Amino acid sequence: MVVSILHRATGLALSIAGLALLAWWLLAIAEGQDAYLRFAKLAGSPIGLIVLIGLSWSFFQHLLSGIRHLTMDTGAAFELDTNKRFAILTIVGSLVLTAAMWAYLLGGRS
Amino acid sequence: MSLGDSATPLGKVRGLGSAREGGEHWVTERVTSIALLLLGVWLVASLLFLPKLDRQTIIEWLRAPSAAVPMALLIVVGFRHALDGMKVVVDDYVHEPGNNFALNTLLLFLAVAGGALSLYALGMIVFGAVA
Repeated sequence: MVVSILHRATGLALSIAGLALLAWWLLAIAEGQDAYLRFAKLAGSPIGLIVLIGLSWSFFQHLLSGIRHLTMDTGAAFELDTNKRFAILTIVGSLVLTAAMWAYLLGGRS
Repeated sequence: MSLGDSATPLGKVRGLGSAREGGEHWVTERVTSIALLLLGVWLVASLLFLPKLDRQTIIEWLRAPSAAVPMALLIVVGFRHALDGMKVVVDDYVHEPGNNFALNTLLLFLAVAGGALSLYALGMIVFGAVA
């Protein structure tokens, strides 16, 4: 139930904010160094980082719950305990992947 | 466990529904999701493996066909999947036919415009005199 709602919410976030950001990023690169530096400065600001971390978590959550939905489309994993374990796994997995990615990005390199 | 008796086999709903394309929409949403599974992981992994995320590094990376082609596919499939997904949400919550049509049409225009704009930017980066 919760994971199903999360799938929708993160899908909407990726559709609106994620794709807008992708378009903006590509346009900034195409436009020139100044435009890219403006983009990079905003992306690296506290608010920018919160948005990026939120979107990366949305990506991992939507990806994992998407795999869960594809699995369930085949008719598998409807047993209550399997289903619940799978749902919890998507939440734990998305948090671990997000934390690992940002630990690498913010710790290992800039 | 198999689907219950209440489930209608996919083969029976393809080409049916008031718009005769509900089954196709369902299939498309899933096919694009599998493509995005690959393309999304590719994008995130690629960005993480780039030595730096400065503009010059990204331009050099995107100018190689091995990045330009998947990026173009990611744009097309990504905007399509977003449109298909948002349509499901709109159809679930906006029942008044006029509002439903207006919102779905607005999203269609936004998705096509966003995808075209992204492809244009990618084209400028790959083929243009961007330096």
